Amino acid sequence: MNKISVIIKREYITRVRKKSFIIMTILAPLLMAAIIILPTALMMNQKGDFKKIAVIEDNSDLFRGIIKNTKDAEFVYLENTKVDDLKKTFEKAGYYGILYISPDLVNIPDAVQLISKKQPPIGLLEHIESSLEKEIERQKLQAYNIQNLDEIMKNINTNVNVQTKKIDETGAVTGTSTGIAMALAYILGFLMYMLVFIFGSQVMRGVIEEKTSRVVEVIISSVKPVQLMMGKIVGIALVGLTQFLIWIILTMGTVTVLKTTILKKTDITEISQNMPQNLMSAGQQTSATAQPSSISPELAEFSKMFDNAMSQPWGLIIICFVFYFITGYLLYASVFAAIGSAVDNETETQQFMLPVTIPIIVALMVAMGTMQNPESSLSFWCSLIPLTSPIVMMARIPFGVPYWQIAVSMILMIVTFLVFVWGAAKVYRTGILMYGKKSSWKEIWKWLRYAG
Amino acid sequence: MALFEARNVTKQYGSQLALDNVSISVPEQSIYGLLGPNGAGKTTLIRIINQITGPDSGELFLNGKKLMPDDVQFIGYLPEERGLYKKMKVGEQALYFAQLKGLSKAEAMRRLKYWFKKLDIVDWWGKRVEELSKGMAQKVQFVTTVLHEPKLLIFDEPFTGFDPVNTNTVKKEILFLRERGATVIFSTHNMESVEELCDNITLINKAKTILEGRVDEIRRQWAGNEFEVAFEGDVQIGSNGLYNVMGQKKDNGKSIIRVKAVTDASPNDILQHVLPSGNIVSFNPALPSMNEIFIRVVEAKN
Repeated sequence: MNKISVIIKREYITRVRKKSFIIMTILAPLLMAAIIILPTALMMNQKGDFKKIAVIEDNSDLFRGIIKNTKDAEFVYLENTKVDDLKKTFEKAGYYGILYISPDLVNIPDAVQLISKKQPPIGLLEHIESSLEKEIERQKLQAYNIQNLDEIMKNINTNVNVQTKKIDETGAVTGTSTGIAMALAYILGFLMYMLVFIFGSQVMRGVIEEKTSRVVEVIISSVKPVQLMMGKIVGIALVGLTQFLIWIILTMGTVTVLKTTILKKTDITEISQNMPQNLMSAGQQTSATAQPSSISPELAEFSKMFDNAMSQPWGLIIICFVFYFITGYLLYASVFAAIGSAVDNETETQQFMLPVTIPIIVALMVAMGTMQNPESSLSFWCSLIPLTSPIVMMARIPFGVPYWQIAVSMILMIVTFLVFVWGAAKVYRTGILMYGKKSSWKEIWKWLRYAG
Repeated sequence: MALFEARNVTKQYGSQLALDNVSISVPEQSIYGLLGPNGAGKTTLIRIINQITGPDSGELFLNGKKLMPDDVQFIGYLPEERGLYKKMKVGEQALYFAQLKGLSKAEAMRRLKYWFKKLDIVDWWGKRVEELSKGMAQKVQFVTTVLHEPKLLIFDEPFTGFDPVNTNTVKKEILFLRERGATVIFSTHNMESVEELCDNITLINKAKTILEGRVDEIRRQWAGNEFEVAFEGDVQIGSNGLYNVMGQKKDNGKSIIRVKAVTDASPNDILQHVLPSGNIVSFNPALPSMNEIFIRVVEAKN
């Protein structure tokens, strides 16, 4: 036992001290945070990109003052100007483009053009379109001569947002978000795949290194082969758990910083002006400006998503993740160790890698499918079968999995990994001292059945 | 009394017989040479002694008791293919191997300082193994092998890769270790070192023992009918009906003449015949080198 701990310590320390480990450990959560922050930061940065747009109508003023100015764009209504004249000079006059509206627009949806030198941003187009649509609808309704139309419009304007709630056996209701569950399923499944694969193949490379440098002969004369194999596997597992722990802490830190800085301090009206495409109707906008303290729907949505994310069963997720990581990793790492012991160099591993990689790839694909349809029978079975369950079960958990299924999956996992470790140890013991012999599946099968 | 004994060891790899009924008996505090051409089975025997693999049949004894897995702590093994982690630092690595052999960290540190000083490799402590030359790495590995002061030391080809100076250093250390009570088994192709170091040898060829015994006895047995006569001063003799002169050389004011007896001549006849030629200092059977014996024995068997 004491010797195993010496081996574990070496495997752990030599890896944790590597520059590549330190860089990956710190960089990965920052990268994740950057992915979250970047879109927001970009949104804030658009301020400098202000556009002045000339609006020209052909011999009418149906749409005068209809398109409201936004933070990014000012709409200047020009009378008595010919489009063809302005086309040549608009840039010199400081305009980004010309919005040319034909009076036929009421009947012909295409009768409006935005003429510019550059491809206009989608947000600007959406703002123009929705403003015009609302106005045309209003004008058409007005043609029915309804009294107090403006009043009615204000009243009927609605905004629907389905609130998903999950109810458990005790009747307690929590807010959920399918989007969050999907994202979480994706992240967990993929993370598990990466960890098992990256650290599993590290075990294999370590075994090959010891075999080719013949270190193994020295060590085997001091400790049993199984001790060396398990020491290596456990040492690398601890490296993985260390990395995972640091990731959790850094990510939680980043999330906390995000929540306090972005959600609380940002000027709410600023955000609402930043998202013109989803803004409420013109009529409602006036009321929104009248009550500046009211939260814009986007921000409300964001904060609700955030609450939903926090209401995920994090305790269960972390426990399951650690369990499936340890067992799944032990299962695959022992297979990888056996493969490493059977070959003379890394290029020879190809023929053995494929059959081992296939279940992992299948698991990853099923996990992706799980995000679309978490209740499918394929997901169900793959989350029980030990070779795929670490990845698929992690993808299912954010959608809610009955406890008995998790239990069955875990028991199967434990039994299987014990069998695999036992078999791998037998192959390893023989393979590690075999040199120059072309190994094949048949050969490995023979080693597996060697007595003693 | 024999510190280590292997009785009737047989080992087969697939259809190939690696060891066929090989027995060795290593007296305590002696140096035992395992000789043989490449692929004869020496390394297999060494691996069996180290319990890296098990024999198909046969028994192993350490100190009169059956060899047990825990006995590895009494054995130090320097494999033929030197194995060190390339990326690891020399000192850390030496500490690691020492701890695997059951030494505490503090004790390992103390002994490592002693040995690193002794072999003049203190400066390499913080270097990575990949920065060392082959001979340097070998010195490091030699230290890790002897550090836990095992009763039985096993060196597989300990001199390959060493320059003459370092070869000499290692030879001296091996003799020193024996002085201090260790028993040594080593395999080598370097026959000169066998004559210098070994008390006993076993010559293995094609999985079988073909020659074994004390080195001096074997050399006497194989001496044949050649003699070395040393005279005081400058003396010359010629061939005749009793013997042929094989060579003459001058050494420190003496003339050493090597003669080969013609079929029936006895040492006495030859001595009588050369007696008048000068003042004889010594008259010895000319011992063949282990190199000659090795080649003759192996070639005879093939």
